[in-house]
Amino acid sequence: MEDLRSIVEALIFASEAPLSVDKIAEIVGVEDRAAVIAVIKTLDEEYAGRNGGFHLAEVAGGYQFRTRADMASWLRKLKGIRPPGLSQAALETLAVVAYRQPVTRHEIEKVRGVDVSGALRGLLDKRLLRMLGRKNVPGKPIIYGTTKRFLEVFNLKDLSELPTLREFQELQE
Amino acid sequence: MSYAIKLDIFEGPLDLLLYLIKKNEVDIYNIPIAVITEQYLNHLELMRSMNLDLAGEYLVLAATLLNIKSKMLLPPEETEEGEEEQPDPRAELVRQLLEYQTFKEAALDLGRRTLLERDVFKRGPMPEVKTDPEEELIEVDLFKLVEAFREIVAGLKDEDLLEISTEKMSLSDRINEIMEKLSVEKSMQFRDLLADVRDRRMMIYTLLAILELMKMRIVRACQTHTFGPIRIFLAVEE
Repeated sequence: MEDLRSIVEALIFASEAPLSVDKIAEIVGVEDRAAVIAVIKTLDEEYAGRNGGFHLAEVAGGYQFRTRADMASWLRKLKGIRPPGLSQAALETLAVVAYRQPVTRHEIEKVRGVDVSGALRGLLDKRLLRMLGRKNVPGKPIIYGTTKRFLEVFNLKDLSELPTLREFQELQE
Repeated sequence: MSYAIKLDIFEGPLDLLLYLIKKNEVDIYNIPIAVITEQYLNHLELMRSMNLDLAGEYLVLAATLLNIKSKMLLPPEETEEGEEEQPDPRAELVRQLLEYQTFKEAALDLGRRTLLERDVFKRGPMPEVKTDPEEELIEVDLFKLVEAFREIVAGLKDEDLLEISTEKMSLSDRINEIMEKLSVEKSMQFRDLLADVRDRRMMIYTLLAILELMKMRIVRACQTHTFGPIRIFLAVEE
């Protein structure tokens, strides 16, 4: 189905956010998700075979054209930006939330042993974390979780793609 | 003094303790508490002498270490059953250290991934968190929102306000209702959200619900120009 291939390619090309199979199926109006997936697979192979400057990446539950990692220095020049730095404190806080969500601030602090309000605020502002609601315990503390944007920025298909935690696994048994 | 540079980079008391354990090449399951406690306290002293802001958490862990140390000095209690195992006073600390170390490594792994806008790029500009397309939106603060609420309520004729219904509805029910509406509409006028309900209690619940959602940064209240209609936007991704 040559038509569908072009449509899917155009949609992914023009989309700001990673485009999910469901969304594509909805726009194109096909019932058959498998057909969309098959087309995406062809596109993926096509771009990989071309060995060009970008490829079709599967992230955050969808598909997105992304530049190759070894092109980074050129693109930074183009965009005139310095790589966005996430501090060690921010990364640790993010890691605790990613693996333990939904999680309260107190629970994060128990793991890290320090106050995390500053790190949390920064991550909320960067939209890597969001508030999910409140925990039904005294004080009704806010619970936090990661966002779709977290998956997009950290190049993850979904949360299950996070590597399993080392050591702590053994510890829990 | 190589210390001076290193001090800054500790992420907290647990990080400092892990560093000392590694530096001394001791077994984390069998920490020589006396030695490590002494070095830990020396580090704190050093940090203090350098006027580094010593977070309270460092002192809490110092107290914990001293507590464990004193417990270890006590002779094991004689138990009737003889060889009954005494719980190791260090056990909880070891658990904490291992847990922290696990997440510290997980954080390093996260930082090593191919990050968007650092290693790989997508088409178009990264949407800035603050800028909105087309029209400049002004964030509405608490006072303006409450003011608008008062105006709306004052503008209602008495007959518009029905008796308080006996139907029991909680604030969280109202929050959920508003969230449902917003997830369909993406944004709604503040006035329309209030127009849904016609008794005072529900109107107040609506205001409280919006304030709560704003506080949690789930929604934002904005207007396109001063005195313009206030719209409530969904601020988070689905």
